[in-house]
Amino acid sequence: MTAAGTTTGAAKERNEAELIARILGGEKELFHDLIRPYERMLYLTAFSIVKNETGAEECAQDAVVNAYRNLAKFRGDSKFSTWLVTIVVNEARQKLRKAKRAKEQSLDEAIEGEEGEYTPAPLTDWREIPSEALERKELRETLQKAVAALPDIYRQVFTLRDLQEMNVADTAAALGVNENIVKVRLHRARMMLQKRLAPYLKKSTAPERKGFWGRMPWS
Amino acid sequence: MELNCKHVWAHISEYLDKSVPADLLADIEQHLEHCEICSAVLDSTRNILVLTADNRTFELPLGYSERLHERLRKELGSASEEAMK
Repeated sequence: MTAAGTTTGAAKERNEAELIARILGGEKELFHDLIRPYERMLYLTAFSIVKNETGAEECAQDAVVNAYRNLAKFRGDSKFSTWLVTIVVNEARQKLRKAKRAKEQSLDEAIEGEEGEYTPAPLTDWREIPSEALERKELRETLQKAVAALPDIYRQVFTLRDLQEMNVADTAAALGVNENIVKVRLHRARMMLQKRLAPYLKKSTAPERKGFWGRMPWS
Repeated sequence: MELNCKHVWAHISEYLDKSVPADLLADIEQHLEHCEICSAVLDSTRNILVLTADNRTFELPLGYSERLHERLRKELGSASEEAMK
């Protein structure tokens, strides 16, 4: 989609540093190029927090404008992507604060306090998602709904780590939590999704092995 | 050390991220070799992550990019030089 995927991290950072210098030097139109690789990240991060399309789009736009206005404050001691994601997280949180919050937040906290153990969904022995299953819109929609249904704190971490493939340190920095919290929340988010989606995915997989279900410890 | 399934499940996420502590890794892998339940849990979780990272799963609204750059164009057009300082 963008050049970002084919550029190595270090080269990308060098290019960005150069772009930023030129923008600050007056070539402000280059800001369009600077943020292009992050459009998707901006929207999805905002969406993981505000949970509606219009709100997420507004947050992404506000974040871009804010990033532009404050570009001179970007010191380069963190990655530009981390700086940008922090801005959009703040925009989205502000928006959420204005709208509603208290109720959902307290629910999330109650969930986080729970024992971390879980029982995964029993499965047939599928190894890969069959390509035809990947093509099915239905499966994508199921995953979208399952992610949307995650409690906020889990969805936010999952979005940054697994949807945007950010590392633990950057995710922790963007959300203002420590790395251990990121790991714990990510684990729980993944397990919740596994439990929710596995029975559905089962339908699209190889034939079951005879007697397999009878050996499940929880069946 | 002999691990049970619950121990393995607790480390599935770390395992996928290749961040399982070294002393535990061999035990988990040994367990996964003979436990088809845990291997299926691992594979299903991994597959969900593959599907999640696929750009087609979480799509952007139609026209999002155009609107974003349009907003930025307006900002660049109206921004005074002070705003950059």
